[in-house]
Amino acid sequence: MMDITQNYFEFLALPVTYQLDLQALSERSRELQKTLHPDRFSHLSDRERRLSVQYTAYLNEAVSTLKNPLSRAQYLLKLEGFDTFSESQRQLDPMFLMQQMELRESLAEISATSDPAAELDALRATVEQEQASLREQFDKYYQQSTPSSFEAAAVCVRKMQFFDKLGREIEALEDQLFDE
Amino acid sequence: MAYSEQVIDHYENPRNVGKMNDQDDNIGTGMVGAPACGDVMRLQIKVSDDGIIEDAKFKTYGCGSAIASSSLVTEWVKGMTLDQAQELKNTKIAEELALPPVKIHCSVLAEDAIKAAVADYKEKQAKKQ
Repeated sequence: MMDITQNYFEFLALPVTYQLDLQALSERSRELQKTLHPDRFSHLSDRERRLSVQYTAYLNEAVSTLKNPLSRAQYLLKLEGFDTFSESQRQLDPMFLMQQMELRESLAEISATSDPAAELDALRATVEQEQASLREQFDKYYQQSTPSSFEAAAVCVRKMQFFDKLGREIEALEDQLFDE
Repeated sequence: MAYSEQVIDHYENPRNVGKMNDQDDNIGTGMVGAPACGDVMRLQIKVSDDGIIEDAKFKTYGCGSAIASSSLVTEWVKGMTLDQAQELKNTKIAEELALPPVKIHCSVLAEDAIKAAVADYKEKQAKKQ
């Protein structure tokens, strides 16, 4: 029986971990989707149909949250009582902000360079490398499972959020430069 | 969501965009960021010997409201004393730009940036002595 008071991992019968098996996630999701298909409920009461709609919504939310490395990290922290989903103002390391500023500046200047495609690739590689290292750090702190390590994991999440935004800006510029 | 005329004006004609040498003793630099939207803001002030802000520059990567908030702050702080600048409240910025509730955090970011710039300047002065 499905239960939407369970957390996303429990709901999907997956272990609560950052190193999530994405293959298992999509398999579990497909299995549940099948049992929830609206056609199977056509003979059921309104109440049961409403429940199935609710389960489907919860399932979609669970899958999209866990699939993305950033929101998965945020969700794990939320389960531990650290909400990084909606915070806007936090003290951040000035060196980190300086680096973000520089990366944004180089992105803004890319279209004026002689080889924007190569520059974009180089910038994307930098972003991906930073993201990979932040994910690794996050996982390490998360597994230590102490209040101070969760706080350190939250710092990683905040940094990930900036790189996530930067990644989306890179994609947007790419579309703008090459898809016309 | 529709931006107010004031925001659009600052967004289209941002005042005082630029960079000053952050190594100079008379320059204070404030760097702030908002993780939720990934915005980054740099706000700098140039302070005269008698403690008046002579010039201000900013660079913001973010939404229209964040750009407008920092642009407005650079206009306002010119001619202010450090104490006056430090007392600048985000509510005044939000009011001037007619920011909707979901964009109030952009004005908070600008307030944090000017505070950080003043603090950076004061720290530099303290080190000199």
